[in-house]
Amino acid sequence: MTSGGALAGPFENEVTLSFEVNGRRVTRRGPGHLSLLRWLRDLVGVTDPKYGCGEGVCGSCAVQVDGQVVSSCIVLAAQVDGAKIETASGMCGDDGSLSGLQQAFHEHHAAQCGFCTPGMLMAAASLLEDGRHRSRDEIREALHGNLCRCTGYGPILDAIEAAQAGREATGPRAGSETKLVAG
Amino acid sequence: MSAGEIHSSKAEELRVVNQPLPRPDQREKIAGSTSYAADFGMPGMLHARLVRSQVPSARILRRDVSAARALPGVVAVFLGEDVPHNTVWVDVPGQTVRVAALRASMEVLATDRIRFHGEPVALVVAEEESTLARACQLVEVETEDVPGVFDPFEALAEDAPAVHESGNLLAEWNIDRGDLEEAFAKADAVVEGTYSTQFVDHAYLEPEAGVAWVGDDGVVTIRVCTQVVEHYRDVARILGLPESKVRVVAPYVGGGFGGKEDMTVEPYVALAAWRTGRPVRMQWTRDESLLARAKRHPMHFKYRTAAASDGTLLAEDIEIMADSGAYAYLSALVLLYSSVHACGPYKVPAVRMRARCAYTNNPPTSAFRGFGGMQVVFPYECQMNRLAAKLGLSPDELRKANALTRGDELPVGQPIETEVLLAQTIDAVREAAGPAPQPSRAGKLTGRAIASNFQSYGRCTWLNDSAAAWVGFQLDGSVSVRCGVPDIGGGQASSLAQITAEVLECPLESVTVYFGDSSLTPLAGTTTATRQLLMSGNAAHVAATLLRGYILHGVALELGESEESLELRDGEVVAVGRTVPITEALTMCRRLNVPIEALGTFFGPKGKPVEKELKTDRVFPDFTFGTHLCDVEVDPETGEVTIVRYVASHDVGRAINPLSVHGQISGAAVQGIGMALLEEITLDHGVNLTGGLFQYLVPTATDVPDIETVVLESGEGLGPFGARGIGEPPIGPPLAAVASAVADAIGAWVTDLPITPERVLKAIEESRA
Repeated sequence: MTSGGALAGPFENEVTLSFEVNGRRVTRRGPGHLSLLRWLRDLVGVTDPKYGCGEGVCGSCAVQVDGQVVSSCIVLAAQVDGAKIETASGMCGDDGSLSGLQQAFHEHHAAQCGFCTPGMLMAAASLLEDGRHRSRDEIREALHGNLCRCTGYGPILDAIEAAQAGREATGPRAGSETKLVAG
Repeated sequence: MSAGEIHSSKAEELRVVNQPLPRPDQREKIAGSTSYAADFGMPGMLHARLVRSQVPSARILRRDVSAARALPGVVAVFLGEDVPHNTVWVDVPGQTVRVAALRASMEVLATDRIRFHGEPVALVVAEEESTLARACQLVEVETEDVPGVFDPFEALAEDAPAVHESGNLLAEWNIDRGDLEEAFAKADAVVEGTYSTQFVDHAYLEPEAGVAWVGDDGVVTIRVCTQVVEHYRDVARILGLPESKVRVVAPYVGGGFGGKEDMTVEPYVALAAWRTGRPVRMQWTRDESLLARAKRHPMHFKYRTAAASDGTLLAEDIEIMADSGAYAYLSALVLLYSSVHACGPYKVPAVRMRARCAYTNNPPTSAFRGFGGMQVVFPYECQMNRLAAKLGLSPDELRKANALTRGDELPVGQPIETEVLLAQTIDAVREAAGPAPQPSRAGKLTGRAIASNFQSYGRCTWLNDSAAAWVGFQLDGSVSVRCGVPDIGGGQASSLAQITAEVLECPLESVTVYFGDSSLTPLAGTTTATRQLLMSGNAAHVAATLLRGYILHGVALELGESEESLELRDGEVVAVGRTVPITEALTMCRRLNVPIEALGTFFGPKGKPVEKELKTDRVFPDFTFGTHLCDVEVDPETGEVTIVRYVASHDVGRAINPLSVHGQISGAAVQGIGMALLEEITLDHGVNLTGGLFQYLVPTATDVPDIETVVLESGEGLGPFGARGIGEPPIGPPLAAVASAVADAIGAWVTDLPITPERVLKAIEESRA
């Protein structure tokens, strides 16, 4: 059981917000002061974005809001009412298959404890979106807002480079990154 | 040798083990479907938060919770008097057998005395998480400041304020070996140095969290991110329940590094669930985690190293002082690790070592990857590099000439019983690194240095460590493993799947591991001390080997053949002239009352308890050796240090999963580099000023280069297939490797950590003066 529905209500400053979360339209009522992170975790039941610092430093809560990567812990849910939200779990195919980027993370051992991984995937997917080739140092630079305490980062860079090479060879694979590009 | 390679000294036909197989747990994590401690909830669940002290040293005069209780949405507010047994006994955590208590304790909720900034005083429980902040503000705690002490040396002065009535000296260990006076008298070179390390935080990305509930069977279950499911015993003692009525479940943990070895949220969620009858969740904020959870021990070192002109080490004269903070936690053991490892992986005939650990009113300190065995690498390896420079010897040859080999004894008397590849790790990093670095532009300074280390794996031998695992075939031929190991991200569970699949000759995909449940999986002890591959790995190996024997026995009975003529291969039992599919073999066993499941228990190597005067034999099961090489570039105008290249080599015995081994070495090296250059919990008279990850600087991808690894496999470890532990050892060398490389670049030593630009500039200035 996930934390969805953990809030019971009624609430002070109650608001009704509607999002398209990973392709699913979700309308919920809840306290107006909630961050997007808490709205997703406590009301929608999408828990792959994580609370890591609450101040937009660690990147564990990264999601895409209308195509832009944001730290969902420092965005009020009410500020982005109606937005299209993508999280790492939405990158999987409908059959649960991993996207090309996710597969590269798996093969290159880019996750250990895995807690930073959903946010890391969002940052990486966003980076690869425009199809421009990035050097390893450019990828490194693009990840500076996502902390990882387990891997030492090398395997994550390996995975993103491999996913980039795969796209350059064959084009984006069917699945979520193409959904993200379309978004 | 070049980076990324594995060099194995013994060829063994392995099919699943030793293969770089992507881990099944990672697939779930990457798919975003793993349910971590804070991702879990239950209908009707309440939320809880701690009211913590705002001051580091005080007497509590009055506590008033009436306003907080009256706030709408607040269900309960608990004080120490509401806890059935308001004491956390800091025994050796996670024992699977009974050992003598360390006799150190602290209150679950403080009732009388505050000893550190952030100490828990009250527990607030509310319907909504949003109510908690306001409710906590409404709890009135009136205190009167009591003089505190914030430095371990001052704490041991005669007139120092007493942190505890028993006095401020928490632990001391001594080593006296050989004739120190004589050794120094005949030495050709003596190198003296003082060194200090700082308070650092584990800073795993997952803050402490858990949910507790009381089941319809009356069992209190706590689902929590922990390295130790055996804390169910501590919770039972606090609640006054039989141990059989408390259960701890550890889901995949978002990083541990020792910070989830002691209890965090467990007693609080358990108390709240027990008292309210409803499920309760507690999740610490990052600020709370940085404020109040135990840190790494800051240590002060004084080293005097004596050597002959050819570099032969003659003596070490060592003083160590560690800051335990306000409570004991595991400080005495951490200091023991420092003491045993204090002379490094070298033969030292004469040793005087005095290690002490004092209470202060600073944050408590406890387990952190390397556990005291890592801080000492900083002084002993800086000393080796200084000695090499002083004698005009190669730092590599100096190390090789003094390296421990099989049959040598550590200064405490422990014999080295397995082959040591220290020299080979030195050659490996040199070969992989190639020529020395060149400045990226004029005016920059470059430096290169190496640091070697050794670190124990497995717990102290006198703790009588053991681990159990259960392996069973399902009727369709798939395999279940049950083992109480908590998986903190290092592949603790998936290693068991690889080991089991190897022994049972079945596909890795057919093995499912159930882990980390103190009631439903056999207890395997803590995921700490680099012990799980040794302990639960061997337990799974024992269980799978027993099970393989059962299957062959059953088929032999059925076919009227000898067991020796049969073997398991590729999911079949191969007999002379025929093969029996595993499903058919299982049917045969069932018909003949032969078990198709087995429980394996592995007992760690045994040794005698240690005394204050360390003169014993085997303290630890065995050690892992390695060497790191660091290239830095320093900007002498700004003091900025950039690590341009970093190579690490360890003898891991056997890599059960080479991907995981590389991951452990790379991650540990970066964590060590963070401590060397960036990380520090800042205190002002015990007040913790580090309020978030804006202030606490964990290395980012742009702060570190790729960590290049060269893995050596001697096959000599005590773990399954000859594996040694590798979780902690690689965090040892970075402090000395970085500091020595900086010294090589600027011609002066920074011996207080972290090596900030200010300290680098100061060292340059002083060396020019």
